[in-house]
Amino acid sequence: MFIINCPYCGEREQSEFKAGGEAHIVRPKQPTELSDDEWAEYLFMRKNIKGIQFERWNHSHGCRKWFNMVRDTSNDEIKAVYKMGEKPPIE
Amino acid sequence: MKKKYSIFSLIKNAFSYHENWGKAWKDPTPKKEYEAVIVGGGGHGLATAYYLAKKHNMKNIAVLEKGWIGGGNTGRNTTIIRSNYLWDASAGLYDHALKIWEGLSQELNYNIMFSQRGVMNLAHNLQDVRDLKRRTHANRLNGIDAVYLSTDEVKKFCPIINTSPDIRYPVLGGTLQRRAGTARHDAVAWGYARGADEMGVDIIQNCEVKGIKRNGDTVEGLETTKGFIKTNKIGVAAAGHSSVIANMAGLKLPLESKPLQALVSEPVKPIIDTVVMSNAVHAYVSQSDKGELVIGAGTDDYVSYSQKGSHDIVEGTLNAILELYPIFSRMRMLRQWGGIVDICPDASPIISKTSIKGLYFNCGWGTGGFKATPGSGDLFAHTIANDEPHKLNAAFNINRFVSGDLVDEHGAAAVAH
Amino acid sequence: MTKNLRVKTGKAIDETYRISFKFNRSTYYGFKGDTLASALLANNIHLVGRSFKYHRPRGIMTAGSEEPNAIVQLHNDSSRTEPNVRATEIEIYEGLEASSQNCWPSVNFDIGGINNLLSPLLPAGFYYKTFMWPASFWEKYEYFIRRSAGLGKSPTKPDPDIYEHKYIHCDVLIIGAGISGIMAAKVAAKNGLRTILLEEKPNLGGSTIYQDSDHFKINNQNSGSWLEKEINEIKKLKNLEIKTRTSVAAYHGYNFLLARESLTDHLPINQRKDKTRHKLLKIRAKKVITATGSIERPMIFDNNDRPGILLSSAIKRYSDYFGVACGEKNILFTNNDSAYETAISLIQKGINIEAIIDNREEVNSKLIYEVEKNNIKIFKGYTVTDTSGYKRINKISIMPLSKDGQKVVGSKTVLSCDCLGVSGGWTPAVHLFTQSGGKLKFREDDQVFIPNIYPSDQLSIGACNGDFTLDEILINTPKSLIDYLNIENTEYDNLEISSSTNKSKRNIWLLPSDKILGKTKSFVDYQNDATAKDIKLALREGFRSIEHVKRYTTTGMGTDQGKLGNMHALGIISEIAGAKMGELGTTTFRPPYTPLTFGTIVGRNIGEYFDIFRKTPIHDWHAEHKAEFENVGQWKRAWYYPKENESMHEAVQRESKAARESAGILDASTLGKIDIQGTDASEFLNRVYTNAWSKLAVGKCRYGLMLNDDGMVYDDGVTTRLGENHYIMTTTTGGAANVMGKLEDYLQTEWPELDVYLTSVTDHFATVSVCGPNSKKIVSEVIPDLDFSDESFTHMSFKNAKIGKINCRVMRISFTGEHSYEINVQANYGKSVWEKCMEAGTDFNITPYGTETMHLLRAEKGFIIVGQDTDATMTPIDLQMDWIVSKKKYDFIGKRSLYRSDTIRKDRKQLVGLLTDNPNEVLEEGAQIVADINKSPIEMLGHVTSSYYSPNLKKSIALGVVRGGKNMMGQKLIIPMEKKNINVTVADPVFLDKENKRLNA
Repeated sequence: MFIINCPYCGEREQSEFKAGGEAHIVRPKQPTELSDDEWAEYLFMRKNIKGIQFERWNHSHGCRKWFNMVRDTSNDEIKAVYKMGEKPPIE
Repeated sequence: MKKKYSIFSLIKNAFSYHENWGKAWKDPTPKKEYEAVIVGGGGHGLATAYYLAKKHNMKNIAVLEKGWIGGGNTGRNTTIIRSNYLWDASAGLYDHALKIWEGLSQELNYNIMFSQRGVMNLAHNLQDVRDLKRRTHANRLNGIDAVYLSTDEVKKFCPIINTSPDIRYPVLGGTLQRRAGTARHDAVAWGYARGADEMGVDIIQNCEVKGIKRNGDTVEGLETTKGFIKTNKIGVAAAGHSSVIANMAGLKLPLESKPLQALVSEPVKPIIDTVVMSNAVHAYVSQSDKGELVIGAGTDDYVSYSQKGSHDIVEGTLNAILELYPIFSRMRMLRQWGGIVDICPDASPIISKTSIKGLYFNCGWGTGGFKATPGSGDLFAHTIANDEPHKLNAAFNINRFVSGDLVDEHGAAAVAH
Repeated sequence: MTKNLRVKTGKAIDETYRISFKFNRSTYYGFKGDTLASALLANNIHLVGRSFKYHRPRGIMTAGSEEPNAIVQLHNDSSRTEPNVRATEIEIYEGLEASSQNCWPSVNFDIGGINNLLSPLLPAGFYYKTFMWPASFWEKYEYFIRRSAGLGKSPTKPDPDIYEHKYIHCDVLIIGAGISGIMAAKVAAKNGLRTILLEEKPNLGGSTIYQDSDHFKINNQNSGSWLEKEINEIKKLKNLEIKTRTSVAAYHGYNFLLARESLTDHLPINQRKDKTRHKLLKIRAKKVITATGSIERPMIFDNNDRPGILLSSAIKRYSDYFGVACGEKNILFTNNDSAYETAISLIQKGINIEAIIDNREEVNSKLIYEVEKNNIKIFKGYTVTDTSGYKRINKISIMPLSKDGQKVVGSKTVLSCDCLGVSGGWTPAVHLFTQSGGKLKFREDDQVFIPNIYPSDQLSIGACNGDFTLDEILINTPKSLIDYLNIENTEYDNLEISSSTNKSKRNIWLLPSDKILGKTKSFVDYQNDATAKDIKLALREGFRSIEHVKRYTTTGMGTDQGKLGNMHALGIISEIAGAKMGELGTTTFRPPYTPLTFGTIVGRNIGEYFDIFRKTPIHDWHAEHKAEFENVGQWKRAWYYPKENESMHEAVQRESKAARESAGILDASTLGKIDIQGTDASEFLNRVYTNAWSKLAVGKCRYGLMLNDDGMVYDDGVTTRLGENHYIMTTTTGGAANVMGKLEDYLQTEWPELDVYLTSVTDHFATVSVCGPNSKKIVSEVIPDLDFSDESFTHMSFKNAKIGKINCRVMRISFTGEHSYEINVQANYGKSVWEKCMEAGTDFNITPYGTETMHLLRAEKGFIIVGQDTDATMTPIDLQMDWIVSKKKYDFIGKRSLYRSDTIRKDRKQLVGLLTDNPNEVLEEGAQIVADINKSPIEMLGHVTSSYYSPNLKKSIALGVVRGGKNMMGQKLIIPMEKKNINVTVADPVFLDKENKRLNA
């Protein structure tokens, strides 16, 4: 089980957190102007990367803040965490 | 021709100290070109190749496996087979598979030990009761042998379940599908491999796909660790790694790959003779022929390809096991392991053509793919051979995520996705 | 008759404390400190169990957790009995009862032994090749297979013992208290690090502690005595916590480890009551030092499994540590110097050694000279080719090995013995290291896998790192510690060491025989009866990877997880397949290292602690008034309140009538409540609900429907505008946490620009709902200061009020269709307000009703329950709730999905009312709905979602979803049940008071 460095609270046990899937998928500002295909792309299609993934986590049993994480999904190594709205610290 | 397996061949070979058995499958080097290439040597991929050769007369085909056949989710699952699904499309798909299971040992001349010991699903709250009744009624009308059981009938069918009304989430009833059961997972991969190999399919292990070559919107072949392989038809049955292959072709799939864990106890003499699944308290258990309690845990909520999950999931599952079976407290966990399951948003699979001609995907089985193996292989073979889905897998196309015509089976999986 | 094979007091034995125990119903004696294995050996008992497949007699083979054979059923009573307990691990105690497993009628005469004769027919994987005819017979074959498989027996009654969890955090965790672990513990603790030392055995010191030989000296003391002093010193260290009988089971990522501390298993039964049996330690360590030692390898030759064949190191341990001779005519068979250490110990104790078989031709070391000095015959360059003795070894055959070790040459010699010790060298115990994700490398010199790449902050030292001899350990351990702990030096940097072991070893994975392999039974996995020829068969049949061979032959799949034989399996594969060991890789070592009981893993999370109980502040009142409860999520909700001998149906009919005719009262405290504040609160609601909120006046309430972004109904509830920038939202009981999570998600990640704050206040308020024609009279009496006139207090509005000094929020909202008020008060006043309402309602026959009546009442009005009348496939349009979907709003969660090609279909399933032709026939919830019963395959149009007998309408009513139901009003449909078909008519889902007159009655 991971130790996650919440950007607001510091290092905590994984059991305090919930994962929220791929990060940086912006909800379209004008959904009604999208085609069904484009809407499906937003709603369901995921990179599901094996390797370095940018993803969302929520400190659900802590400060309740959402933040981003860079994690290698092939070995679960956490590379970085950063706040929502911030640029990823790793390319 | 391969030598037929039987008690007689065993006796005959005993005289030569079993030193004359032939290979169950060859170990070929890949040819330059195939009519079709299946990516993924698990049960689904091997079954696909088997049916392509057997029913569609495609003999020049290969199965590429990056590790060893049956080493992914085929060899890691809890082997439950059932077809008591809610929606017509799912019931059609899984019951098609179940019917093949019923004669599979004979068809493959390989004992895959399909044991129809029944699968029970338990209800622990009033909505569970409604849902299970709904499912049972639908099953009955779809010709699937499911019945609803009262708490007393649950107890009678599986006496070791704690059906006391005083437990935290008492058992309020359940469903039973008697034709359901378990099979020997490794044997399924090996049996299909042997059968496919006999019909000329090349099973190529330790061969990892590194890229998919396209000409416009048509596939031309695969880059692999054993060189380039030319083909016009690629069927991907790569389970947790489906997205990895899709990304090579520039496709995105509606999948997330998550850790799913399972565990077995030490072997003991027979103590539970059926399969019991509980959605609400999140536990399912059966006993293997070897005597181990086979227990399925849940998925973690993050994407991972590490084949490891968190201890909390295992602990939660065993909490539930002891809630329902307090007698197992002194049983010991012998092994735990993880697999990578590719989960669709509607908890139903994809067996489908894609926007790229000649590229087909069979994925999204989530936590329940093993039970579908023969049916999935058969229907995927049909889809690849005809470039059109069979009517039984038409509903499981990728386009449903665009149209919204989802096959929502969240209620059917023992694991809440 | 049993003999007494005690030699002299062993290190661990208290001869003044005799303990009686039962094995296979006979009583024996041992001493405090004995394991069951050492006590049995002292009584000259080797035969302990039968093997899994061939039911071959098997004895004690080791002295530790790697034991494959000597596993027993502990205790006879059905709650405490425990299968597959290793005799080598269990310490004897007064009251111990153990029996042999997997044999019938007894371990001495086992019918299953016939399998041994049939073994030519039962090669690896035989079951895949047969039992296929006739097709229908598999389950009959399987019946017998299942009964002959399995080992011990499961308990059949609940466990009387208590288990606990404990979280531990430390700077350094050291696993294993052998010589290297003890050195590490002292160094770490003395450098100010918070250190924990765990040892699976009851005592510290590993195998060095009983090493009492002039051949192994540290600073001029025998190594055992030196170590004893070290142990005494570390016990005084403040920074160091030592736990014995504590076995590390799993080493997960991020240095998270699980260990089992065994607290009562060694105590007499009568001293265990009310004590915790096992504690599961959940450890987070900044640094982990693994010092788990090594496991001696057996040797693979024909019939290498007989009772009386032990690891040479186990024989030494039994003699030095427990004071027990394993036999009177001992022979040792070795490929390295370790067996000579055993020999010297036996000589010291006066235990007879018949001979030593050494497969090395050229051997010389001080140890061997000393053994030779004692006139013990050493057969150099020989191998054991066979053994005999069915239930106890009595003879071995030996033959000289060819130069290349590939075959035997010359003539056969037969030697008698009653015990054979084998030493095939050592395998580092790298299980925990690999579990943690560590990568191994293969050391060709002595054919071992050792740690190579560490995946986390950890270090392996001592034998588990491939340092097998005393001098290697003492020289390398301090160096590694200096590096790893980043310290200047250790007190062990300049030890004076003398060690006589010569490292030479002649490793032959499968020893040659004069028989062809097919005729031999050379066991690689003792417990599962996998032999070398099984491995060869698997390879012949095309199973090439180690994982395939393992699965096909079941090698390494036993309860010992192949701790002894896995390396040999790998070695044999590499020899036959011509592959290099280092390239084959190992099989994955899966946790746990040694099996953990479920009870230990579960700890206290059983019974009432299985899951949280959520009770409303009014719960006790419901319980006192004999309510039946329903589980809704984690909540216990009053379901109905049976009076006297009322059935549920009768109670619900009574409650429903009372609510419509006079007054009913419901505890609605479980509904989720979210306090929403901020200048953008209205805009936020606009985005999360399908309807519009900007124009809702302060003091007014509105019903909202929430979708997922896939357009499907997710939750619903009434939200009240408490102030300009302040709302209180209610959610469904089961959905509260998810809704809160979802709203926070959108707020923080999609709309961070909105000035909105969300607080879950579900537990802060109690909600008492009073409904019925007399509700106004009742609440007016409870809150006399509030103007309840319809003009002032309209339906769907809210007022602040006081009951005495208690602040409360009163909403006039209704889920039953009746004139109705909800009083919200601070949770701890909930019960008193409820009681006030009951008192005020006495004259009006105020009737408490539960969730079942609530469901009935709302169904009469056609109100949906999310999750019951919807699943994840229903849109608001499907629910015929088009009115709540704003056409004007630019966007809200789920809006776009409502316009996909499938969601705009006219023939989707739609919510309708259903009336049975027979008004007394109540439909079954979940029943399917069809139009044409004769169509094949039958076409299911939908299903019944809610169904009740309405006492107010005096007929059965139901809600259901039906394909195209919106346009089927008045149409006849059929509910096909198992034994009958029920005719129904599609109706308006609002069965009662469509004009909403009762709301203002």
